[in-house]
Amino acid sequence: MSASDPWTPRPLVIAERTRETADTFTLRFEPGGDGIRFAPGQFNMIYAFGVGEAAISISGDPTRPGTLVHTIRDVGTVTHAIARLEVGAAVGIRGPYGSAWPVARARGGDVLIVAGGLGLAPLRPVIYDVLARRADFARATLLYGARSPTELLYTRELEAWRSSGIEVDVVVDHAGADWLGPVGAVPSLIHDVVLDPSRTIAMVCGPEVMMRFSVRALAARGVAADRVHVSLERNMKCAVGLCGHCQYRETFVCKDGPVVSADRIATIFDRREI
Amino acid sequence: MEGLERILREHDFLKDLSLEQARFLVSCARNLHYATGDFLLHEGTDATAFYLLRRGRVALEIHVPGRGTVEMESLGPGDVLGLSWFIPPYREQLDARAVEPVVAIAFDCQCLRDKLDADHDLGYALARRLFEHAYHRLERVRLQRLDLYGVQ
Repeated sequence: MSASDPWTPRPLVIAERTRETADTFTLRFEPGGDGIRFAPGQFNMIYAFGVGEAAISISGDPTRPGTLVHTIRDVGTVTHAIARLEVGAAVGIRGPYGSAWPVARARGGDVLIVAGGLGLAPLRPVIYDVLARRADFARATLLYGARSPTELLYTRELEAWRSSGIEVDVVVDHAGADWLGPVGAVPSLIHDVVLDPSRTIAMVCGPEVMMRFSVRALAARGVAADRVHVSLERNMKCAVGLCGHCQYRETFVCKDGPVVSADRIATIFDRREI
Repeated sequence: MEGLERILREHDFLKDLSLEQARFLVSCARNLHYATGDFLLHEGTDATAFYLLRRGRVALEIHVPGRGTVEMESLGPGDVLGLSWFIPPYREQLDARAVEPVVAIAFDCQCLRDKLDADHDLGYALARRLFEHAYHRLERVRLQRLDLYGVQ
């Protein structure tokens, strides 16, 4: 779809809508035909007709291209318009765009997934991919942080993943006495997680500050920067590296990213003026 | 006692302590077990114990009128619990409740302070570790305070 006509959105009808948290919901589409093939980490531009477009990561199963899934937070004009759509309504979709998580490179070793808040959505396809080929990976670990227990995404799946051979540690920033899990910041989980730095590929997605601290925590555990990948978020417009809205110094996040290795951005990740 | 010395030197906080230093400290230490729901510290009470957590998780809580109990942070194996014993007036600032069965080394704080006053090399070594621990805890609290996952 994107290679032949990167500019024209394809209308797709919402087949299912699931509320995840107070402000976050998941839409499922059935594109038909061969479906929409994507690699974990890629995104689509979703067009709310008459309102505008927003870049949204694909959060579904890459082994099931017949089903397209996006988890969206109602946070801006476009996503607010999408949030008001019911099952049967249409949006325009173009994509998929961008780089992918290095799942293939992680095969034969350990994979460490570090997600914060909505950052779990772009990483969920990695988890599906790992589960589909579980024997290809040694240790598989998910460290997931959220603001509070009520803001955790995919809570049923977290349990299913745990019982399917993925170690899942969940931490929240704030909780009442009824929360039995840990309370704190997700980078603190990195301090305690069992990992072999020489055979670990880490994939980190969440708010940029959380990613910066996570990258530092991984470095402190001895994981080389080229084995750590993050997903950058910038304001994307064209999604094909032409308009420059998403430029991050020499990197066009839409085309060269959103997934980049930490060594590639090591000199600019902590710089406030970029 | 020999077992307790070994346990002290294996804990993250006291790793690399010399055998001689561990022997010096061991008379202040006890290995204790707590059931889920037991309190290890109570806000407002004298800070009499300093813990090295070995197993299980402890919630640091504060009671907020109108909101109930709020968990500020949780600590687990390898962490230390209780910093107030080191700083006058030696009174606990938070409640600490076991949310799982907990095994911890508990130091008698007066005994520990006396030992550190008697051996300044050891006092410096432990003060440095406490500072490092407090620094990392502060870093975690800063991240929590940023409310990273809220709407930007």
